[in-house]
Formats: sequence, C-alpha cells, structure tokens
Amino acid sequence: MVQYTFIILQRITIKTYLKYSPQKPMTQFFEHLGNKTLSGFAKLGRSSFFLIDILTATTSVIPRPRLLINQLFSVGVLSFLIITISGLFVGMVLGLQGFYILSDFGAEETLGVMVAASLVRELGPVVAALLFAGRAGSALTAEIGLMKATEQLSGMEMMAIDPIKRIIAPRFLAGFISMPLLAALFSAIGVLGGHIVGVGILGVDDGSYWSQMQAGLDFNDDIINGVIKSIVFGFAVSWISLFEGYDAIPTSEGVSRATTRTVVNSAFTILGLDFILTALMFGDI
Amino acid sequence: MHNTKTQDTLVGLFVACGIAALFFMAMQISNLSAFSNDKTYTISAHFENSGGLKVKSPVSVAGVRVGRVSNISIDTNSYESIVEMQINTQYSLPDDTSASIYTAGLLGEQYISLEPGGSEDFIQANGVLDLTQSAIVLEQVIGQFLFDKAAED
Repeated sequence: MVQYTFIILQRITIKTYLKYSPQKPMTQFFEHLGNKTLSGFAKLGRSSFFLIDILTATTSVIPRPRLLINQLFSVGVLSFLIITISGLFVGMVLGLQGFYILSDFGAEETLGVMVAASLVRELGPVVAALLFAGRAGSALTAEIGLMKATEQLSGMEMMAIDPIKRIIAPRFLAGFISMPLLAALFSAIGVLGGHIVGVGILGVDDGSYWSQMQAGLDFNDDIINGVIKSIVFGFAVSWISLFEGYDAIPTSEGVSRATTRTVVNSAFTILGLDFILTALMFGDI
Repeated sequence: MHNTKTQDTLVGLFVACGIAALFFMAMQISNLSAFSNDKTYTISAHFENSGGLKVKSPVSVAGVRVGRVSNISIDTNSYESIVEMQINTQYSLPDDTSASIYTAGLLGEQYISLEPGGSEDFIQANGVLDLTQSAIVLEQVIGQFLFDKAAED
C-alpha cells in the first residue's frame, strides 16, 4: 500500500515537472545567456579597437583646428550654462545643509572647508561629468548615429575621407578638453554659491570661510586629484558616447536605444571609476 | 547657427573661464598661495612623544604661523621621535628656543608652538632644539588623575 502511493506520487511529480518545465526553454535560457555574454565581449573588443583608431587619428586634427573649435563650441560652450547654474545651486544647497549640521556642533566657521572639499574632491568632477554625459554625450551619440543611419559616414568613406579622422577624432578631443574646464567651473561656482548662502544669508564670518578653506585643502592632494578625476571622466564619457553612436543599429529605434545606452553606461562608468579613483587617491587601501 | 567669428569668441571665452576657474581653485581655495614659494630652513627637535602630530602640521611662534612640520621619524637609539620642521627664512629664532606640542582647542589638530629664549645667537639651518615638551596624551592625563584620586582615598 505504502509502495503504491509512493510510486503514484513519484509519477505525479515527474509529470508536473515535464509539464511545467519542458526542456526547450531551459536550453534557450542558457543559449540566451551565452549569446549575451559573447556579444558583450565582442562589443568591448570593438570599442577597444575604436578607441585605438581614435587615438591614432587625433594627430590629424592638428592641421585642421577649425574642426576642433566647432566641436568645442557645441560640446563645451553649449554645456556652459547648465554646468554653471547647477554648480551654483549645488554649492548653495551644500552651504545650507552644511550650516545646519555644523551649527549643532558650534563649528559653522568650518563651512568653507566642507563646501570646498566636497565640491573639489567629489561633486565637482562627478556631477559635472553626469551633466556632461546627459547634455553633450547624448547629443554626440544621436548625431553620429543619425549620420550612420543616413549613410553620411559611408558616403565619406566612398569619397576616401576617413570619418574617424574627420568626424570622430575632433569630437573626442573636444570632450576630453572641455570636461576638466567644466568641472573646474562647477567647483569654483559652487564654492561661490556656498559663500552666498553661508556668508551672505546665514552669517558665517567671511574671513574664516576662506581661511579655513585654505588651511583645510591642499593643492596637490585635493585640487590636482579633482582635475585628474575630471580628465578621466571626460575621456570615458567621450569614448562611450562616440562608440555608442558609431556602433548604433542604423534605424531610428537603434539610434534612440544607443542614446539611452550612452547616458546609462556613462553614469555607471563615472560612478564606478570615481570609487576606484577615490580609493587610489584618498584611501590607504 | 552662429557665424564663425562669434563662435571663435565664445570658445575663447569658455576656455578662458575654465582656466580662470582652475586658477581660482589653486589660489583661493587651496593653500598654494601660502608658503609655496617662500624660502625655508629646516630645524629639528626630539620629543619623547609626538602624539597626533602630522606632516604639514603648523609651527607657530606666539600664535603666528611661521612654518610647517616636514618630516616625523624615530631615533632608533633613544626611541624618541625626531620632528623636522621648515621655518620661513624671514623668521630667525634664538638657539635656546623651546618647542612644545599643543592641541588647538580640546579636540583640534596638534601643532608645534615655539617659545623663543633670551639667547643672543640665532639657530642655524639643520639645528636641533634641545628644550622640548611632549604632546599631552589625554588618556595618560586621565589615568594619572584617577590614580591620584585613588591615592587620596
């Protein structure tokens, strides 16, 4: 009796297993997983070759500075306003929040150090790079992607003009040059914003705002490291946005997906790189 | 689209603003302007305990900053700490100057305070200060206090 029930139960379990997990979707799942992994590596490989192509093509920009200036305008100058306004507000918020926390300890005189250190070390490079990816990186991807979709890039190749030299390299250099300048502007304006709120509105002493800041921040440790961070971010964002545009599927949907990927991947890369760089620069890991 | 001339001007303005911001950060935000180009000479002092003193901690005379700590090492014979400090050349100190390690405020950072003596001769570069007073370690003070209290009872 017990044996029979056991056999019946066993049959039911096998039947339900076969019914609800047939073999095909399981292999499909692994196929899909492997396919994703392999295509991910293939994309990484393509982007590495693309980067080597850009870097070797940058020398060809030197005889044509006009191309670079045009791109500095659309990448740098047009990002100027969003960066400065965001920097001002971020600095003002830091001044306000910092004041409320520091005044609990009677240490509101050190507001300058708090605002300047957080801006110069972290927020300046990171937030400026995120804004830069949203403002300039997405525009670069859309532009290059549309050029590919409308076969302008292949048209150039037909005319024996290398699109990497003519189109990509000037944009890459422009992003690489603009990013540190924009991050420096962001930090400087943010410190002034903190000054407006802290000294102008909340009544922190003007002299101690600046003198504590100068005593607390070191040129080599803080300012130079912040600039190095922003150079690395500029490199990464320009590379990602140009590659996504160049690698986009040449349809309207493909370009829109590539633009989204630029912003998402840039944000991940910026924040991940920021952790690594901070650990290398400031931590004793 | 802007014409070429305005575009050039705007790009130039942008680059100038960026460089001005970098300059502002170097000069106004960080300490590059202080003690960077000034000539200094090095003197050293032996302390029984240098406490929480760090490289770049300030060195002051009568509350005025005259230099900074450049190196802290240990003397392998006497097991004392050797603190080297760079003093601005515009300040010359008598050779019987004494050095003490104090704390700015109750919980602030530690710094070296130099008290000039009455000697006629000035200390030379790479000179050694003989009179020193070690850092006060709060735990030792509290321990001493508790020990004394217990002895009273």
